[in-house]
Amino acid sequence: MRRQSAEAGASRPHRVAFYNNPTVRGAAYQLALLVALLWFGYEFALNAKANLEAQRITSGFGFLGNTAGFGVNQSLIPYSETDTYGRVFLVGLLNTLLVSGLGIALATILGFLIGIARLSPNWLLARLAGGYVELIRNLPLLFQILFWYLAVLGTLPNPRQAVSLFGGVFLTNRGIILPAPVAGEGSIYVFAALMLAIIATCALARWARRRLERTGRQFPTFRAGAALIIGLPLMALIATSFPIGIERPELRGFNFVGGMRLVPEFVALLVALVTYTAAFIAEVVRAGILAVPRGQTEAAQALGFRRGKTLRLIVVPQALRVIVPPLTNQYLNLTKNSSLAVAIGYPDLFAVFAGTALNQTGQAIEIIVITMAVYLSISLLTSLAMNWYNARVRLSER
Amino acid sequence: MVAQLAYVRRELAAPMPPPLAARGVFGWMRYRLFGSLLNSVLTVVSLALFVVVAWPTIRFLLIDAVWDGASRADCLPETVGRPVGACWPFIARKFAQFMYGFYPSDQIWRVNLTYFLGAALLAQLVIPRVPYKATNAILFFGVFPVVAYFLLVGGVLGLEHVETRRWGGMLVTLVISFTGIIVSLPLGILLALGRRSAMPVIRLLSIIFIEFWRGVPLITVLFFATYMLPLFLPGSWKLDGLLRVLIGVVLFAAAYMAEVVRGGLQAIPRGQYEGAMALGLGYWRMMGLVILPQALKHVIPGIVNSFIALFKDTTLVLIVAIFDLLGQLRAAFADPNWATPTTLFTGFAFAGMIYFAFSFAMSRYALYTERRLSTGR
Repeated sequence: MRRQSAEAGASRPHRVAFYNNPTVRGAAYQLALLVALLWFGYEFALNAKANLEAQRITSGFGFLGNTAGFGVNQSLIPYSETDTYGRVFLVGLLNTLLVSGLGIALATILGFLIGIARLSPNWLLARLAGGYVELIRNLPLLFQILFWYLAVLGTLPNPRQAVSLFGGVFLTNRGIILPAPVAGEGSIYVFAALMLAIIATCALARWARRRLERTGRQFPTFRAGAALIIGLPLMALIATSFPIGIERPELRGFNFVGGMRLVPEFVALLVALVTYTAAFIAEVVRAGILAVPRGQTEAAQALGFRRGKTLRLIVVPQALRVIVPPLTNQYLNLTKNSSLAVAIGYPDLFAVFAGTALNQTGQAIEIIVITMAVYLSISLLTSLAMNWYNARVRLSER
Repeated sequence: MVAQLAYVRRELAAPMPPPLAARGVFGWMRYRLFGSLLNSVLTVVSLALFVVVAWPTIRFLLIDAVWDGASRADCLPETVGRPVGACWPFIARKFAQFMYGFYPSDQIWRVNLTYFLGAALLAQLVIPRVPYKATNAILFFGVFPVVAYFLLVGGVLGLEHVETRRWGGMLVTLVISFTGIIVSLPLGILLALGRRSAMPVIRLLSIIFIEFWRGVPLITVLFFATYMLPLFLPGSWKLDGLLRVLIGVVLFAAAYMAEVVRGGLQAIPRGQYEGAMALGLGYWRMMGLVILPQALKHVIPGIVNSFIALFKDTTLVLIVAIFDLLGQLRAAFADPNWATPTTLFTGFAFAGMIYFAFSFAMSRYALYTERRLSTGR
């Protein structure tokens, strides 16, 4: 009894052993972790140096100037076997950006369509969309890429027995042959007209928005913009007497001449990426639309909004706030997944650089670091852009 | 005075049935399929689409399929004398390869025993009514991996040593998924705690680690583990090919797991932390006894979803020359003895069914748990 009261009486902060002090402990833990990491880094560097010397590989980025000496089956910029590894890197990067950009655009369209179809009051359509999403989401992407490449595109007939669609599109085992637009003399004016129309439409939309906010009067921006974007280039086309033609592919001998050929690797990768990502986007869209309370739609109807305007002005802006963050994730996933191109030999950044170039030079550290850095920067840039958009559509609360 | 009424109804009139056009099958069809012109068009188009996809699939898999045979000749339309669908003898012949790779055929019982042990323990763990969850969890997450390792690798108790190079097919797929799952979960929890730690160095390092692995594709991680990691280790260390891939998969999966767990940690109200501290619990006891049990329960669906992603991602190992199920499938396609026009589709149908069954079962389980756990709140 007495001892207890004596202890209670000594209520001034009794001394804690320094090793029980949370601040000291925290500092010690962090220091220990840092020392351990530095030691690991040092050991790694020593080992890497010894291993590289044993394998007679010179480190450094000098190899980027050496001749690559291998061909690439699709390139957006002129490329030949005598070009350097640096140029191979550029070719691969552009191919990655091409397939990701196209994939993102198409997957967004398909994903929104399927997501809306899943919410359709039509029972059959909703079930069909649901079945699609379940099937695609539960199969590995690489499985789907190989399926499209080996089973679907690989078993298409050779060019002489090509499957023809719409008279101008040919499906062959050497790729998909499409009619190509050919720009003749004077077509520059048509492009200029198109650019002008787009700029004018943007300005018009801005003005219409300002006026709406100031006076409340509406302006048919969509119709005016459509008229501009279709009308101006059409007028330019007529004025320059149709310089843009369409070149139809023709079968000559064993292969097609003319038109545009999409290599099967590209088609398989694009189709697989688009269908796969669209299934995930559909779920994102569905969740976003379901997140808008029903009362919002009902209130809009009570105010006399038509169905189209309810969707456009009430539901979609609110749903977008929920949709955008996970949608960004899907875009990033698609970009990262495009590296699976290496499995079928589409020359994307990963396949030509971390695949072929790594095999030829053995510069594993430099090449893998560069490749990872590229994907990291694409990820960071995309999330920055999306964060900016996200901040714009965020609900401004009091 | 109340006016004399000729007739006062004493009880409610029975409601009349809705008109025939609005009830039963007809009503359902009218509202759900043919409500408007657009709706009717959509119904017809959907039906056409369904028939165009489903009927050839059924024909291919069942009606036109060849069920037994010994070689490619039995699956050729010329020999069979009719259009040929799936060539199932191909799967039957290659079944062992798809399931076990090139594991010695007299040792396959070891793989089967491992599968059986795993399945038996897992079944008890996932069925909520079975008691002794803690014991089961220790057995499944702690004891089973060790037993499975010695069973599969061998070299002890008179078991023949089987190199991992001879493993393949479903065995590799399951080994990678399982290892990835049981190692990435604790690692992910540690990383999530590190990311929410008050110590700046630990927090910063956790953030860098998580964001780095999440920002790069898995295939670069596998390349890193296969080609770059050996350079960083002493030359005398010979890392097994499968082990290297496992390291890559675990690092990658842990970063994703950390973000899922962080979501759960953020959902725990501050009062829980303060209550635990008021009880005098230290950091690890507060986390282990109060915070994590609640946080993990919140995110079970998220955890299962990352397991599904991990399971599907195991297919990527075929790019670094580890032959999982998809890798074995691709290898089997190269066999000229079974080269028929339908071999490819048959193989994809078979592997697709396996992948689908596993992923679908996991996603349904996640949904089921979500519903079961959300009833209390």
